[in-house]
Amino acid sequence: MKYVSEFRDPTLARHLAQKLADAAQPGRSYRFMEFCGGHTHALARYGVLDLLPPQIQMIHGPGCPVCVLPIGRIDMAIELASRPGVILASYGDTLRVPASGQLSLIRARAQGADVRIVYAVDDALALARAHPDRDVVFLAIGFETTTPPTAVALQTAQREDLGNFSVLCNHVLTPAAMHAILDQPEPVPLDGLVGPAHVSTIIGTQPYEVFASRYHLPVVIAGFEPLDMMQAILMLVQQVNEGRAEVENEFTRAVSHQGNTRAQALVHEVFELRDDFAWRGLDRIPHSALRLRPAYARFDAELRFGLHDRSVPDHPQCLCGPILRGQRQPVDCKLFGTVCTPDNPMGACMVSSEGACAAHYAYGRHRAPTANTEASTPTSGPPTSAATTEPHIP
Amino acid sequence: MCLALPACVISLDATGQSGQVDLGGVRKTVSFALLDEVAVGDHVIVHVGYALSRLDPDEAAQTLALFADLAAHHAQASSEGGA
Repeated sequence: MKYVSEFRDPTLARHLAQKLADAAQPGRSYRFMEFCGGHTHALARYGVLDLLPPQIQMIHGPGCPVCVLPIGRIDMAIELASRPGVILASYGDTLRVPASGQLSLIRARAQGADVRIVYAVDDALALARAHPDRDVVFLAIGFETTTPPTAVALQTAQREDLGNFSVLCNHVLTPAAMHAILDQPEPVPLDGLVGPAHVSTIIGTQPYEVFASRYHLPVVIAGFEPLDMMQAILMLVQQVNEGRAEVENEFTRAVSHQGNTRAQALVHEVFELRDDFAWRGLDRIPHSALRLRPAYARFDAELRFGLHDRSVPDHPQCLCGPILRGQRQPVDCKLFGTVCTPDNPMGACMVSSEGACAAHYAYGRHRAPTANTEASTPTSGPPTSAATTEPHIP
Repeated sequence: MCLALPACVISLDATGQSGQVDLGGVRKTVSFALLDEVAVGDHVIVHVGYALSRLDPDEAAQTLALFADLAAHHAQASSEGGA
């Protein structure tokens, strides 16, 4: 596939791995956070972690939209979906997120709630057109990549006067979450940030400049392919070695300085900032999420159905919070791989394939240093012949 | 759900606001509402049914050239080292 296979070339990956090993100075540690869940997944899936020298540690960030959605917001969606006359349309990822009372959207569906999986928000619009007698609510989640499509759909609904369509808006903002991670009372020590790929196609490289200037952190925007990630990590190592803290862009084929200004204008037209918003693991973060502007209030499900935010604590044993803050690793959690698995997730990080726990469960758990049974447990993942240690575990 | 793939534009509808893309052999109708311009043959990044951005072939070629330089440099270094 063009623009995919050439960025997965194993020979080039070995050259990049050698270059990384040469660049990483002995006796120095490099702690980089990959913000985006897509990067977390790619690091695990392609075995990139095994190609990094031991001085480099990758710390997973909170950039998995399913993972950061707090229980209270899922409860709200379930309550709505259970009302007579309502069809709740959702991206598939959200359906298995555990909510209160051992429920999830998929279990609510089994109990009779009308929950439909859609691939795109346009499918939710089509449902609304096909069922004029029903209230079709789109459960909108995601960072800056999914927000512009929701904005387009809301403009379409306005234009078509589609009165039975509404949006339960949970769109969140990447830079706000980065600030929250860096401003924690006990922040995770970091030497650099891998900036998200597709979020940056929309917002551009400019919003990251504050992290270089204010926190003196190097930032490199990376594509999602393994060579992209290795090159971006190499660029971070070089910045650290040279004492630089700049925003650099490895993903120039898709990301520009100003981003997708057309998409930004659409989002600005339809959405405004919320005062604050609850994130799983990060509490309430000021100005970190969006809601519909008053001109679109009739399509705002929270207003239409009189829904209110409720704060619900996570499972007491679940370490999703500290994992999302970069403070703990999936294997630190007592529930990981025992009661909490992708088939039966207890915490949100195990639900989405981009969640840190799901990625580690699928690709990394057999390589953990504590797993003495490794030899008798073959993995079906990508080649792991070089795997002896797991570099991202301190 | 962040996963998005490069796809090749194979047709545009009359409005130019949507069309078909080829995702490694799979054909899919997607929206181009977020792009200023798009043409058949362009590669775009598709996410939740929308093309988010066009891929710049020159920039992609430059990144690949950088990797090729690196490989050539390593091959030369190892042959000079007699390895």
